This record gives sequence, C-alpha cells and structure tokens, in this order.
Amino acid sequence: MARLVARRALFAVPVLLLVTFGVFAIAAASPFDPVKAYAGTAGLTASQENLDQLRANLGVDRPLTARWWDWLTSALTGDFGDSSTLRQPVADAIGERIGWSVLLAATAFVVAILLGTALGVLAARRPGGWLDRAVTSLAYTLEAAPPFWLGLLAVWFFALKLGVLPSGGLTDTASSTVTAGQVASHLVLPAGVLAISQLPWFVLYVRQGVGDALGDDPVRGARARGLAERTVLLGHALRSGMLPVLTLIGSRVPELITGALLVETVFSWPGIAAATVQAATSVDFPLLAALTALATVAVLLGNLVADLLYGLADPRVGFDG
Amino acid sequence: MRARSIRGAGATATAAAIAVAASACSAPGDGGSDAKDSAVVGIAYEPETLSPLLGYGKDGNSKIFDGLLTHDADMKLKPALAAELPEVADDGTTYTYKLRKGVKFSDGKPFSAKDVVFTYETILDKKTNNASKTELDAVKSVEAKGDDTVVFHLKYPYAPFAERTVLPIAPEHVAGKQDVNTGTFTTKPVGTGPYKLVKWSKGEKLTFKANPDYWGGAPKVKNFTMAIIKDDDIRATRLDAGELDGAILPPNLAKKYKKDSGKNTYAAKTFDYRVVTLPTGNKVTGDTDIRRALDTGVDRKAMVDSILYGEGKEAYGPVPTDSPWFTKGTEREFDAAKAKKILDDAGWKPGKDGIREKDGVQAKFPLWYLSGDKLRQDHALAYASDAKKLGIKVEVQSGTWEVIEPRMPKDAVLAGGGSPADPDFDQYTLLKSSLAGDGFNNMAHYDNPKVDKALEDARKSGDHAKRQAAYDTIQRELVKNPGYTFLTHIDHLYVVDKKFGDLSTQVEPHDHGLASGPWWNVEDWQPKK
Repeated sequence: MARLVARRALFAVPVLLLVTFGVFAIAAASPFDPVKAYAGTAGLTASQENLDQLRANLGVDRPLTARWWDWLTSALTGDFGDSSTLRQPVADAIGERIGWSVLLAATAFVVAILLGTALGVLAARRPGGWLDRAVTSLAYTLEAAPPFWLGLLAVWFFALKLGVLPSGGLTDTASSTVTAGQVASHLVLPAGVLAISQLPWFVLYVRQGVGDALGDDPVRGARARGLAERTVLLGHALRSGMLPVLTLIGSRVPELITGALLVETVFSWPGIAAATVQAATSVDFPLLAALTALATVAVLLGNLVADLLYGLADPRVGFDG
Repeated sequence: MRARSIRGAGATATAAAIAVAASACSAPGDGGSDAKDSAVVGIAYEPETLSPLLGYGKDGNSKIFDGLLTHDADMKLKPALAAELPEVADDGTTYTYKLRKGVKFSDGKPFSAKDVVFTYETILDKKTNNASKTELDAVKSVEAKGDDTVVFHLKYPYAPFAERTVLPIAPEHVAGKQDVNTGTFTTKPVGTGPYKLVKWSKGEKLTFKANPDYWGGAPKVKNFTMAIIKDDDIRATRLDAGELDGAILPPNLAKKYKKDSGKNTYAAKTFDYRVVTLPTGNKVTGDTDIRRALDTGVDRKAMVDSILYGEGKEAYGPVPTDSPWFTKGTEREFDAAKAKKILDDAGWKPGKDGIREKDGVQAKFPLWYLSGDKLRQDHALAYASDAKKLGIKVEVQSGTWEVIEPRMPKDAVLAGGGSPADPDFDQYTLLKSSLAGDGFNNMAHYDNPKVDKALEDARKSGDHAKRQAAYDTIQRELVKNPGYTFLTHIDHLYVVDKKFGDLSTQVEPHDHGLASGPWWNVEDWQPKK
C-alpha cells in the first residue's frame, strides 16, 4: 500500500508541473488583460502612461515560461507570490478561505454519501417497487437541476417562506464574530444544497451495485442458508455493491469543486469560490496557478483514497495492481 | 485488522481536518449586537483593497478614513482633517492646508502633516500600483511645514484641485512599514474615520464598529455591516428575510418596496450617464450631420420610461440637466422629422433597404456594449431602433473591454461614466483632443479647437463665472457638433428600514462606491428608540 501511495505521489509531480504550466499558457493566451482587470473602473479614466507603469510593476509582459519558472521556484520555497486582484499574498488569500470551503465540501460530501447509500439500498431492495421508482426518478430530476437553481429555491423556501434558516453568509449578517453555533446553522442550507446536487450519482450507483449483488450467487446462497434479510442486505450485498461507489467517490471530487463554486456564490459563503472566479477573469497568474494546483491535488488525492478504499473493501484487488 | 486500523486512521484524519478548518477560522469575542444601534446594508460591489494608497475611497467619504476635505449633502467641500478650506495662492498653483489639531488614528497615534505628505507621495510613486494616480497629475510636490500645515505645489493652475484632496489619509507609522501593494494594510486598515474595521470577510461582508474617539463625535449607530451580495435577486430576498436593513436594488426590484410601510425608498440623483461614442475615425459617425441627426432623432424620454422605469432623466451632455453647471437651452427635443430633414439636406439619400447613402458610403456603423450589462444592452438596442427609423443602420454587438478597446477609434461604444465633484473631471478626459485614444480617455477621438480652449480656460481659472462661461461654451459646441450621443442619467435606488428615520443621499458618481447610498453619512444617523 505504501508503494501505491509513493508511486502516486511520484506521478503527481509531472501532472502538477503540466497543469500549472497549462494554466500559465492558457491565461497568457486569453484575451483578458491583467492590467485592465487590476485597474478596474479606475482603469477607464487612467492615462496610458499610468497603465503602462502598472504593466511594468505587475510584470505581466514577461514571457510566460519565465513567469511560470519564477512562480514554480518560489512556490517550492513556500512563497506563492502576491495575488494582484486581492492585493495580498496568495498564501494569505487561500489560507483565509480554504478552511470554509473544505468544511462546506466535506460536510456536503459526507451527507451525500450517507444519504445516497441509504436511499440506494432502500431502492435496491425491491427493484421496480414504488420506493425504487420514486427514488430513481427523484435522482434523475436532481441530476438535471443545476446547483445554482437549487440554491435559489432553497433560499426562497427555507429562508423566505418558512424563515427557519439564514439565507447566506457564514454568520448572522450583523454579527462581527464567528461562533460554532452560528456557522453550523449557516452551513445547513449551502451544504444541504451541495449534498443534494451530488446525491443522484451515489443513489444510482448504490442502487445498481446492490441490486446486481442481490442477484449474485454468494448472496443467493446466503439467502438460501436462511440468513436474516438484514444480514444479507448489509453484510453481503452492500459490501460488494459499494465497490463501484468507492471509485465514484474519487471521480466526484472535480464536480464537487465546481458545485461548491456555484453554491458559495449563492450563499455568500466566504470560501475560495469568488477568489477562483476572480483569479480566472483577471488573469491573476499566481493565485490562479496556486488554486489550480490545489484543485489538482484534491482530485489526485480523491482518486488515491478511492483506490485505497477499494483495495480495503475487496481483498481480491491488490494495491500494486 | 489492517483494514480496520486504516479506516479508523482515515476517519480521525478527516475529523481532525474539519476541526482544524473550523477552529482556524473562528475568532473569539462576543455575539451579535443590539438592533437599535446597528445597521446592516446589502451592497453589490466589493472593494479590491481598503488601502487609500491603492485607490480606495479616492472620491472621499470612506468610513474608515478621512481626507483633508470632504463633501456635505450638496457635494460642497467642507473641511475634515483640514481645519478650514485651503488657501490658494500663486495663480492657483499653491494650495495650503492648515490641519485640525488633536486628531488621532484609531490606534491612538496622533495624525500629523507627515501622514499627509506620506499618503500623496506614496500614491504618486511609480512603484505604487494605484490606477487612479492620473487624477493627481497636477501635483508637483507636497511639503509639510511643521506638524499642522501642508502645502501642495502644482505644475499648472488647476481650479478643481481642492476636490482631489478628499482622498483618505493613511498613517505613515503603519502603512509606511510594509509593501504598499500587498501589505496587511490593504486588508486591515487604520484611519482617523468615524468607524473602525472589525473584520473583512472577503466575499461575505465588512463589519465596522464606531470609533468612540472620533474627532467629529462618536456615531450613534455603533455597529455597521456591509454585506456583499452580488446577485440583485438574492439581495432583495435577504432584505425580505429581514437580514438586511437596507440595500441597493435595480429599478424593477425596488418598485415593490414603494408601498411597503416599514421601508423607505430613496432615488439618489447621479452624474451616472450612458452615452454612445461617435468616433471621428469612422466616415459615418464622424459626419457632423449624422451626429446631429442622431442627437435629435433618438427618443431619450422613452428610454428613461421603459429602460429605467422613470428613475432617471434625459441626458444631453455629461452635466445632468438639474446641475447648476448645466447650460439651459441646450436640451434637444426629440424630433424625428427634423432629424430626417438634416440628413436629407446633407445629401444622405435613402438607398436600398431604406438605409441612407452618400458618396457611395452607407449610413451604418457598429455599436458595442459590454457583454452581460443588461442596462447597456437595453440602451444600445433602443438607440439602434431609433436610428433605424431615420435610415441609419446601427449594428449592435457585445464584447468584453478587451474586444472593444482596439475597435474604439472606428466603432461606436455604449459607454458610461460620471463624476459629480467637478465638471472638469468628466469633460476634460471626454473631450480634450490631445487625450484622444489615451487609455479610455476621449473614446470618440473628439476634436474641436473651441472645446479644447474652453476646457483649458475652465480648469485654469479659479473664478466661478469664468468657469461657468467656459462650460456653457462647451455645451453649446456639443449641440453644433456632438461627438457623443448622451442618452440618460441613471438614478441609483436604495431601500432602507424606516427605523433609521428620513435619510438623505448625495449626488452620486458612475462608480457604486462603498460610501454611496443613504449610508453616505451613517455616522450622523439618529435611529428611533
């Protein structure tokens, strides 16, 4: 297992190099002008001389390979450069926000997995039954619903019609401090929406996996031996039916990240979403590269975790395979 | 066994990560605040920085900082950190400010002339990434005379200079010790203003606490929060949900609060105009007769009524019709028949498809607007539809500034702007021929010697009557030869809870700054008990 982890870590190096270089190349080729983005509305009245000076100060006219190399070498020493759009060091900008994004995404992910598994198992028990049909059609409907729209709907219903949950922010709008209780109540809607948007895949995969497993010989054998339905379902069918879901966990990470971006926007959640969008449209190279590297690491880790779990759940799968 | 221990380790690691994430971001302290002395407002824009050295609050009225001068409700200058209005000498090239005594920054350190010099010199420094430093072009040097006098030496006489000294003063003892472009001062500012920044949770909100030692007296509203909510609908929703006491809203959403007994609606008058540039470099838009025909042949009233729901007014130049600088008699009445006659007389004859032609040139040109800006799109389409009735084909297209900018010398653009402090600020950069194509200045490449001279006269003279005469000349010239078709001035709409009493608004610029809206003077609010 250690060998698998080591091999993946080694593999991550060229991937990260390639991805960050790609970001610099794409950003350099994009039609957006970092100087205009930096200047904002002030740029609309600035003189050409002023804009030229800014261009020189920001160093955005240097060749892309040089900029990438500088970024990379200083990143290796722990200095991720300064974000031009946020006017602060990249490490500070990300440090302030990443925790909230991780909290949001992790909560949503855990809820989606638990709820998805429960609903999937229930649906698989009686294929074609009313519960199965209800769960499946709900899953297909949710699959098509964009998180942004779900978010607006949730705000309208829970915050406006029922008035039971806050509609946005990390804490009460008037409050200047962050308390666990407030964060918890403010987390319900965004995490709920994000979880719901991830739910269909887990439901459908679990339903399919468990359904297939119920028809397999070992399960039929177990049933024939007179084992309790509960044991058969949870002990045998779920265990082998979960295998495809474990792979799914890894592959859902990118979608989770993009989903979180939209959800954070709707709920004014102070995560990295706004910074990411801003970094992209403002061609903020250092911030964009750091965020992309971070997202890449998240995806690679997601895949690694999925593979490790798969190996643990199914002894037939070797870690070196 | 191996499997179980690893699973356990994974769960512990996950739990630890979440706990660390949560605890790393939480701050200790007390909970919410009393509703009577706190106000929460929803705004649409977030500043990139809170450092005045990088341009924050340059038009005055920042809650955290003070400038040497500030504006009252009528946009008249009054002293702030200066004890009185400046003395102007040497033909308008020397401005001397006596400073208010006993003022302290919110960290307790005294404010003095060296902070003023530091602020201006840092902004003017080439290494400082301040995109608005062009506004201080007139400054040759800043000099401190003792602790309480500051003298500005200008390169040329510049009448509106005092308007530029509303920009906030930064403390040298804090900001001078770090990287001006990325230091912590950009997010954790310290100033002399009525409020202190408690926390800036980027993308979410800015929270302020009243500065009890404020030289102008401690504000009654002790806690002030600006929630950053970019989406208009979500802002309205959170206002309905009672999470906000006030918000800026577009006309269609503000409408429904007019009948709400618990809330007041405020329409702030502005200098915020929407205009079509008619570049000289294009054979059609450069033709004076075409320009004049469009100027009389577009229905501005209809635009105000249908696009702005009546919340705005017709515009005939950068100066709004209700400003004292406006030249009466330069209003252009909508008259399609007159516009057609101008074109007929000039030899623009209807050709195929009803588009006019002259000397083999078809009367058509592209009009660009910033993609995603609904208001500009509506204006552009209304303009094109009015022009079509005259026999001029305007091809409306959208793009980002990157796409639009290289085309500006030849293609028309639906632009916006407006700066109420002084007529020089808008008009010089819009109309001066030497600034044609300089960044976004003089986008239409307008070139009129009479206007050029009047612009120079107006900025050099400190005499109000002479300045008025010069701006009258400019506005009359714009009737004879319009380089732009000005369409509307747009009101900014705000909804605020009645518990704060009757509030006022200032005349606002194009920019929706943090300090715009009824909360421009939140430090003076007297909430009902």
